[in-house]
Amino acid sequence: MTSTEREYPASIPAIFLMFFRIGLLSFGGGLSGWVFREAVLIRRWISEDEFLSGLAVSQVLPGANIANLSVYIGNKLKGPLGSVAALVGLLGGPFFAVIALASSYSILQKTPFAEDALDGVTAAAIGLILIVAVKGARRATHRPEALAAFLACFIAVGLLHWSLLAVVVVVGPLSVFAAWFRRRARA
Amino acid sequence: MRDDLPLGLLIVFVPFSLLSIGGGASVLAGIQHQVVDVHHWVTAREFVDLFALSRAAPGPGTMLATAIGWHVAGWMGALAATVGLFLPSSLLCYAVVQFWNRHRGKSWHTALEEGLAPVGSGLFLAGVVSILRIGGGGVLAWVLAIGSAGLLTWRPKLHPLLLFAVGGAIFVAVRAYFGPSA
Repeated sequence: MTSTEREYPASIPAIFLMFFRIGLLSFGGGLSGWVFREAVLIRRWISEDEFLSGLAVSQVLPGANIANLSVYIGNKLKGPLGSVAALVGLLGGPFFAVIALASSYSILQKTPFAEDALDGVTAAAIGLILIVAVKGARRATHRPEALAAFLACFIAVGLLHWSLLAVVVVVGPLSVFAAWFRRRARA
Repeated sequence: MRDDLPLGLLIVFVPFSLLSIGGGASVLAGIQHQVVDVHHWVTAREFVDLFALSRAAPGPGTMLATAIGWHVAGWMGALAATVGLFLPSSLLCYAVVQFWNRHRGKSWHTALEEGLAPVGSGLFLAGVVSILRIGGGGVLAWVLAIGSAGLLTWRPKLHPLLLFAVGGAIFVAVRAYFGPSA
């Protein structure tokens, strides 16, 4: 086990390679968990707070969350070229992997246990994104109004299956207003 | 007619790119309707197979579009569907992020960031729960997901792929022993 802290300069090729790796390794989903691990924990390119607020923006905007997150992080590190490197890196590997799988699908279908193994990989991969969810939840507990917004969104969308858009339209502005009001009151 | 297929795919996928609020899963049903019922590019059975296949591949779940494009019109089809589904939303995201970063430090920006973070986290946890619910893993999947999260928190250097392999092996073993209902 090496305890030396390595330095990871965020160059365009380094950004491309990190997202290319994540794209290829992210079996069973859990991509934001990978990004959190690689960009925040290992490389320290962005802070936990920057990651979580980027995640929020990625979810609210249309498009695959992970694609938006890669555009956000790429832009934060190296501007437009950084975004292109991150997005192309992220999708490049899976593009060919999906086509390779599609052309060998009949073989895959006959493989015993393939479905079971895939379910197991997916469950383990969810563990990776669960860590991000727990970080977000813990951060929300620092302020009562943030905790309320967090619980409202989770319960309404996750447990009651209300429309995500409707929930964001109602809870989003309330939560932002509460944060604004609290800053004002303190200032 | 066949030459127009990539263009057709592009035209079908672009609107879904901008409609997929909350992630790619929200437009799955709409894509299915378009490619199966409206355009008859794939049969219902083929769609389900391609969906399963895109789940088995690495990358975002919406790479399903790539698989459909490839199935319908080869390499050009795969490229057209992928660009159609990912480019418009990414451009929009870029514009928003640019604007977002330019106003960093202003008080309304901080309020937005502080206010949106718990909303994003709540939606994220909701997404995790719904993946666990839709995926056919049952209680075992919950146990495994929580176990792997705990293990990765305790030992952050542990490689996730190792954990994934163990997870797959556990599922195969448990289902082989207790039957497919476990």
